[in-house]
Amino acid sequence: MRWLEYIVFLALVVGLARPVGLYLARVFERKPTFLDPALRPIESLLYRLWGVRSDQEMSAGVYTLCFLLFSAVGTAGLFLLLLAQRWLPGGPADRYLTTPMTPDLAANTAISFSTTTTWQAYGGETTLRYLAQLFGLVSQNFLAGAAGLAVGIAFIRGFARERSATVGNFWVDLVRALLWVLLPLTLVGSLILIGQGVPLNLAPYTEVHTLEGGVQTIARGPVAALEFIKNLGTNGGGFFNANGAHPYENPTPLVNFLGLLAIAVLPASLTITFGHIAGRPRAGWVLLAVMVVLFVGGLAVCDFAEAAPPRLSDLHVSGANMEGKEVRFGIGGSVLAAVVTSNGATGSYNSMLDSYQPAGVLVPLVNMLLGEVVFGGLGTGLQSMIMIALIAAFLGGLMIGRTPEYLGKKITAAEARLTVLYALLTPKVVLALTAVGLATNAGRAGLATNSGTRGFTEVLFAYASCMANNGQSMAGLSANSVFYNATTAAAMLVGRFGLAALALALAGRFAAQRRSPTTAGRCPAIPPRSEPWSSGRSCWWGLCVSCPPWRWARSRRRCGTEMGNWRLQIAD
Amino acid sequence: MAFSTPAVKLGDHLRPAIASVISLTLLTGCIFPLVLFALGRLLYPGQAAGSLITRNGVAIGSRLIGQDFTRPEYFHPRPSAAGTGYDGTSSGGTNLGPSNPKLIEDVRQLAEDYRRRNGLPPDASVPIDAATRSGSGLDPHISVANAALQVPRVARARGVSEDAVRRLLAEHTEGRQLGFMGSPRVAVLDLNLALDQAAPSTAR
Repeated sequence: MRWLEYIVFLALVVGLARPVGLYLARVFERKPTFLDPALRPIESLLYRLWGVRSDQEMSAGVYTLCFLLFSAVGTAGLFLLLLAQRWLPGGPADRYLTTPMTPDLAANTAISFSTTTTWQAYGGETTLRYLAQLFGLVSQNFLAGAAGLAVGIAFIRGFARERSATVGNFWVDLVRALLWVLLPLTLVGSLILIGQGVPLNLAPYTEVHTLEGGVQTIARGPVAALEFIKNLGTNGGGFFNANGAHPYENPTPLVNFLGLLAIAVLPASLTITFGHIAGRPRAGWVLLAVMVVLFVGGLAVCDFAEAAPPRLSDLHVSGANMEGKEVRFGIGGSVLAAVVTSNGATGSYNSMLDSYQPAGVLVPLVNMLLGEVVFGGLGTGLQSMIMIALIAAFLGGLMIGRTPEYLGKKITAAEARLTVLYALLTPKVVLALTAVGLATNAGRAGLATNSGTRGFTEVLFAYASCMANNGQSMAGLSANSVFYNATTAAAMLVGRFGLAALALALAGRFAAQRRSPTTAGRCPAIPPRSEPWSSGRSCWWGLCVSCPPWRWARSRRRCGTEMGNWRLQIAD
Repeated sequence: MAFSTPAVKLGDHLRPAIASVISLTLLTGCIFPLVLFALGRLLYPGQAAGSLITRNGVAIGSRLIGQDFTRPEYFHPRPSAAGTGYDGTSSGGTNLGPSNPKLIEDVRQLAEDYRRRNGLPPDASVPIDAATRSGSGLDPHISVANAALQVPRVARARGVSEDAVRRLLAEHTEGRQLGFMGSPRVAVLDLNLALDQAAPSTAR
């Protein structure tokens, strides 16, 4: 039965990729869509308000600048709003808000939500007022998600264009991502969620008189406004502390399933959008196929680890590991969520990863360290996947002594440098911060629940999650301290803007290039026979750069065989 | 090349940056929730308020939020790590790792308690959901196996036949949603409410 849920999920993601991907292509190529009559007037009104000329395109540098400015203003606004939240009216009574909104927590949260990380060093129901959740967090879920999608689209244009000095207009891409994609889907999705039981009200926490004569106070609020966009925008921060495990956030297996679809469908479809806009549909399908292979691999390992009888069975306890999991999802719904959210740059876990088996938690960790290339974050996932394809093409080109190319674009030393920087940034930042976290008292003070190997994994997981702009945590780590608020924020900033700037710079270089025709003497890389190469290479690369000892384990002989395979593939 | 575009003026882009954040925040953080709020009130008023259940005009719980039960005449929920147990304002799990000795000790203790309450022999196997804590601490469900083991205790405490309780249990067992999503389960509060209605407790 678990596998039926997995298979239906995967079938829907792959089945929807083409229609959704082609729709996305239409939206960003500014072709007519069925939503135009309703949205065009709003679109032009916004451009007039902002003083933006929508027909004016930007160079990659200006595009990056606009993206940075937009994010900076959003972060600053959210920071101020969070600091001022004590004066906001309505919502829970003061006595329930036990976590003070200190400046370091406000800064961490503002950066976290404007980078789509939504790492939460606080528990929603004990920290935030309703209006802060709505004006601040719900809006940033939309805005940051749309900005990520815009950057991804600009990156795609780099491969589609020839001798072009521009990669699109950031404001146009932003508005189109928001109005044509995120808002309509969220409106429909949120209504389904309310029907399933996700509450939406502005009433204070309510007291109920239980059947046994006690009193239970139940936190509620405008949950449904956040719930769908947190997944669709690949953000993931929950309304309540328990996030997707909370019955108000995720009341039924159907809501769980829809949320996971919302995470995966748009990023998966972007591969098709990419193939379509770049004029190489097959390249898009190859990328999607690589993603599916990696997805199934991770799912199989995580499922195996969590469904096996845990060590607790020595205590005459029967069943799979249910510590930290909800009965309504069972092992299947929990494992699927762990794998999809960790692949999809979305922190909306529905079971406590800290209580997972070692191999079970390894899968989300590896997914994030690989750069979330399986579907991935909205816009960013495709970016990272293509980076890996570029590395594969570059290495392949080196081995056979020809100028490597990807989709007719030459990868010269300058492009290779940007690509490798992109790939190395994650391990360098994550490993350095983890080392600092473990070497300092301030860092070790966070290990309040578990110690030993699990404590080590908690710290590594925290920085991997923030760097990957994922935001999920092994929540045993007490992360609301000045040390963790500062260091995780640094990882989130580099993970968002460092990687985006490199990707956009690369897109600018590719857009300016001529596309060379594919001839027999060239090394055109990728489709379709080299797909296993790309898939294997992406795993291998991610692991090698993240685990230094593995680098030593790479023997020269293995390199030799790989080169042989590559030659064979090129030859036939 | 890409970065050679001359005369990039920061000020030119600052205005759209500020204006866009303000107007889009209004659109997505204010207008969107209001529209959704109106539609939710109209289409699903009960769910929008939190699926609260009222009996004789008094709210006695939420259909979705787990509630603690300890008396023998009621079915018992899973152990909870939310606050001091089923605290609706403090959701969360234990976050204890599988190698943590505290987890092993806790589960041993919880399983023992479960056996004692339900009159099971000391080496009887306990369904794992009855000895572990959920992720939210507010899990409203228990597994079917867990519920079945509690039937004799509930029937004895209420002075009714086990078959009558089992029938009610069967009525309140939910299968997988749409046949393949999630896992089969029993909503504890719903079942206990139905019990109170069908077989008012004599133990009180």
